[in-house]
Amino acid sequence: MESSSKYLQNAVDALSSLPGIGRKTAMRLALHILNRSEEEVADFANAVAEMKAHIQFCKKCFNLSDGELCAVCSSPKRDRNMLCVVEDIRDIIAIEATHQYFGRYHVLGGVISPMDGIGPSDLHIEELLVRVKDENITEILMALSTTLEGDTTSYYLSKRLSEFGITLTTIARGVSVGDNLEYADEITLGKSIVHRVPYETSINSQN
Amino acid sequence: MIYRKAGIRFICVQIEQVHLKSLELLEFKNVEATKLDFSSKINCFTGLNGSGKTNLMDAIYYLSFCKSFLNPTDAHSVRHGEKHCMIQGLYDLNKKTERISISIRKGQKKIVRRNKKDYEKLVDHIGLLPLVLVSPTDVNLISEGSAERRKYLDGILSQFDSKFLAHLVQYGRSLTQRNALLKYFAAERHFDRDSIEVWDKALLEHGLPIHEKRSELCAQILPYFQEYYKRISGEREEVGLEYKSGLDETSFEDLLENHLDRDLALRYTSQGIHRDDLQFSIGGHPIRRFGSQGQQKSYLLALKLAQFAYLKEGRKRDPILLLDDLFDKLDSGRIKNLLELLNGTEFGQVFISDTDHARLKGLLDGIEAEVQYFSVEDGKVEKI
Repeated sequence: MESSSKYLQNAVDALSSLPGIGRKTAMRLALHILNRSEEEVADFANAVAEMKAHIQFCKKCFNLSDGELCAVCSSPKRDRNMLCVVEDIRDIIAIEATHQYFGRYHVLGGVISPMDGIGPSDLHIEELLVRVKDENITEILMALSTTLEGDTTSYYLSKRLSEFGITLTTIARGVSVGDNLEYADEITLGKSIVHRVPYETSINSQN
Repeated sequence: MIYRKAGIRFICVQIEQVHLKSLELLEFKNVEATKLDFSSKINCFTGLNGSGKTNLMDAIYYLSFCKSFLNPTDAHSVRHGEKHCMIQGLYDLNKKTERISISIRKGQKKIVRRNKKDYEKLVDHIGLLPLVLVSPTDVNLISEGSAERRKYLDGILSQFDSKFLAHLVQYGRSLTQRNALLKYFAAERHFDRDSIEVWDKALLEHGLPIHEKRSELCAQILPYFQEYYKRISGEREEVGLEYKSGLDETSFEDLLENHLDRDLALRYTSQGIHRDDLQFSIGGHPIRRFGSQGQQKSYLLALKLAQFAYLKEGRKRDPILLLDDLFDKLDSGRIKNLLELLNGTEFGQVFISDTDHARLKGLLDGIEAEVQYFSVEDGKVEKI
């Protein structure tokens, strides 16, 4: 798509470098931005630039943070003895949205996958071990994807953490809430039956 | 001899009858348009090479498995110069009529309907109309490498058991990951026991159930297989069918442990259920080298009929049997034995294709069952 202005062309090229944005959408967005006031556009550009300039990674849990420590790590309300291990920052956002978790986090930055060239040393695992040693952690909840690589990473962690004698838990897997049983796939439903839970602690305690 | 008794008597539970009442084709392969009514027992297609007999078989196969057994691309099933083809079958399933139709349009997803309702997932359809196909390409099972034979076993098991399929997929993935790690170790001249152990554990978790299921399947079909071979060959030779696995003598855990040094040197995983094989033997020797072509064909026929018995027992439903190019490599004595066997009550509807009408009719004349003949010529099919 050739346009009459090289400035417009540059903006389109930049926008279409984003994931999920093709050239036509990029053109639509660029023309839309062009119609905004100069001030608005400056604010827009500024917001993006400032985000990049000021956001850093929490030095403890590797969450996104505006300072050295992220909002979760520095909050006095959070349980200091519990950690939730996640793959990615997006997982923290998802778990925070549940309002069910009150401990702190540790972001691994991925899962073990030799195919993609990711080994344990490429993840924040050593840092996790240091935290367990230093911070008097009593429970670690492993909230990784229920894929082969996620399960393998959980197993690796459980091996490395076994010497500390802490409680290791993993998120429950099974039929999702509000699902009709007949539509659940056989493997998930099978797991739900094998790992069934006492009635009192499951249905009654649902918020 | 015990097998003979055990072999056939297993089936005593209620079996649902399935047969294809009629088949309608439109622009499918070399068939422009046709509608055929079938016998519920034996149906024969005869015609010269390239007339379209196998295409009719393929259409019936399509209705059971939503795909061709000849070409992997659906678009190739559409008649030259056309954009769209349709296969429709009316089945009698336990006295109820089921209408299955498949429409293929070039460049679009194929649509499979049951009683005018679209399937969301094609997987849901597979298994409704069990079918066993015997074709000249079966010989690949004997002549090709062990992968072909594992694929055969896994194909039968996956149809029954979605958990098995999931284990198979995860095992393959774990293997790729472990091999990638072995290559990485070799490239970096580095080794870390913990890293490799997590993949060993994944291989164990998914490999052991696969090994168990495959062994079970082989043990289950063996008596049927030997019985059928005897009946086709007229008790001439002893045949064997054995699932061979490295896990037979050593535990998978020890196998991986003992071969770790070798795996590191080879840069891939040398032990595991991905190396297993199915051993076909005749008179105690490998059939690939010591069986004649006719013996190999009889062997494969017996194997397919054993698969038929297994499917029937598992699904509690009579599979349809397709015999493509019946006279391929068999002498007339064995064919006679086979036809008598098929006429028995343990088999349901059968479709046979052959090049010579007179020869086939001669053999079937002595059989009481209802036989329907069709002549196929250049994509046109006519009832005789």
